[in-house]
Amino acid sequence: MESEQRGMVVVIDFLDNVATAVEDLKAGEEIRVCIAGRDTLLRIAQDVPFGHKVAIAPIPKGREVIKYGEPIGTSVTDIKLGEHVHVHNMVSNRGRGDLQMGVQEEQL
Amino acid sequence: MDIWGYRRPDGRAGIRNHVLILSTIVCANEVADRIFRSVEGVVPVVHPHGCGQLGVDFEQTKRTLVGVALNPNVASVLVVGLGCEKMEAKMVAGEIAAGGKRVETLVIQEAGGTSKAVRQGIDLAEKLVRQARAVPLAPISMEDLVLGLECGGSDTTSGLAGNPAVGVASDMLLADGGTVILSETAEIIGAEHLLARRAVSGEVAQELLAIVRSAEGDAVRMGVDLRGTQPSPGNIAGGLTTIEEKSLGCLRKAGTGQVQGILKYAQAPPGKGLYVMDTPGQDVESVTGMVAGGCQLVLFTTGRGTPVGCPIAPVIKITGNPRTFETMEENMDINAGTIIRGEETIDQVGKRIYDLMRAVAGGQLTKAEVLKHYEFAITRIGPSI
Repeated sequence: MESEQRGMVVVIDFLDNVATAVEDLKAGEEIRVCIAGRDTLLRIAQDVPFGHKVAIAPIPKGREVIKYGEPIGTSVTDIKLGEHVHVHNMVSNRGRGDLQMGVQEEQL
Repeated sequence: MDIWGYRRPDGRAGIRNHVLILSTIVCANEVADRIFRSVEGVVPVVHPHGCGQLGVDFEQTKRTLVGVALNPNVASVLVVGLGCEKMEAKMVAGEIAAGGKRVETLVIQEAGGTSKAVRQGIDLAEKLVRQARAVPLAPISMEDLVLGLECGGSDTTSGLAGNPAVGVASDMLLADGGTVILSETAEIIGAEHLLARRAVSGEVAQELLAIVRSAEGDAVRMGVDLRGTQPSPGNIAGGLTTIEEKSLGCLRKAGTGQVQGILKYAQAPPGKGLYVMDTPGQDVESVTGMVAGGCQLVLFTTGRGTPVGCPIAPVIKITGNPRTFETMEENMDINAGTIIRGEETIDQVGKRIYDLMRAVAGGQLTKAEVLKHYEFAITRIGPSI
């Protein structure tokens, strides 16, 4: 797990398709992000508050959202590069009694 | 280098020398609270339980009350009961005495009502305080510590800064030969496969997966979306979107240690090293369970900011959110927000946390202790009957 802790956003793992804002990000601004070891210029598509996630790769509907190198849920809309990723466009895969989902068995 | 603490008759080491006023039943809370407010040098445990409880639910409450009384930070105990309840004060006091601790018992019905019970209780508590002050200091070491790990009011900075820094401190204590307890089973959901790989045996890995399945199964059986509480509304406002995301961040508190075993709520670890205790995601219930299991010290990370403490064990508050440190500095012991700002590394903050743990073990008060935050809550398994 690599942590890039300087700058406007933090990318935790090279597999991640989201980064975490450590400043309030404004729509239209361009920020420098280290994605998979490469310095990349990312255009912020929507305001992203401090602590919230921003897409650093396009995430089509139904695809896993990856942070810490692990799935943290599934997108429910097509999410474009630089868009805010939160409860409005992704859902948890776990503990969803409201969907009558069975308990998922994790493989070791 | 040794720390000055209190060596108890059972061999365990206290870092505080508390006289505990322990209510065994909701009906005795007011009397217990008045005794606590009238005597300098005592701490209170009051709770809404102790009657109308059966089976495993009753056993868990009893295990918790006896466990906190036997915590090595406690010098002696005044047990306060009503007289007709299932959680009989004399039975609880008997179990505490059997554990080698000095204990006095006060039963309100026998004392003849509120005022007489309070007067008797003050006399008994003052005697216990005088005796506790005579307990000599003794050298103890970091190896004697059982550390509880907790997070509450999390936001995304918890997973990025507060929790990984605690993970460094946790690894340092394990290297000293100490013991660490990770808690909050609901906040392992989505990250259990990573923790299970660190289990000392396949059996321990299966036990871990079983408690996580059970916690998730509770949400599924109730037909609710776990997001009603996990993440909580405040967690979500702070940027956490799903339980998986929260869990992956939570888990970083536990550093890199090997998981030695799974503990029931309020169960003491049978050996040294890292353990996982099956506790709910509710912070105060979780801390209470770990302290009843013998934790003398708690590291508590928070992103949003929370004031909660514990009557028995010092709680060190760490925030990974630099804004929260500024707005709630009164409640925060460590600013790990320097990691987010790029001013310090995770390792540097982890070392600062470890150094503060040593100082607090040696007597330095935490912010929660200075503010007298004495939150206490026992988790329930069954309904009141």
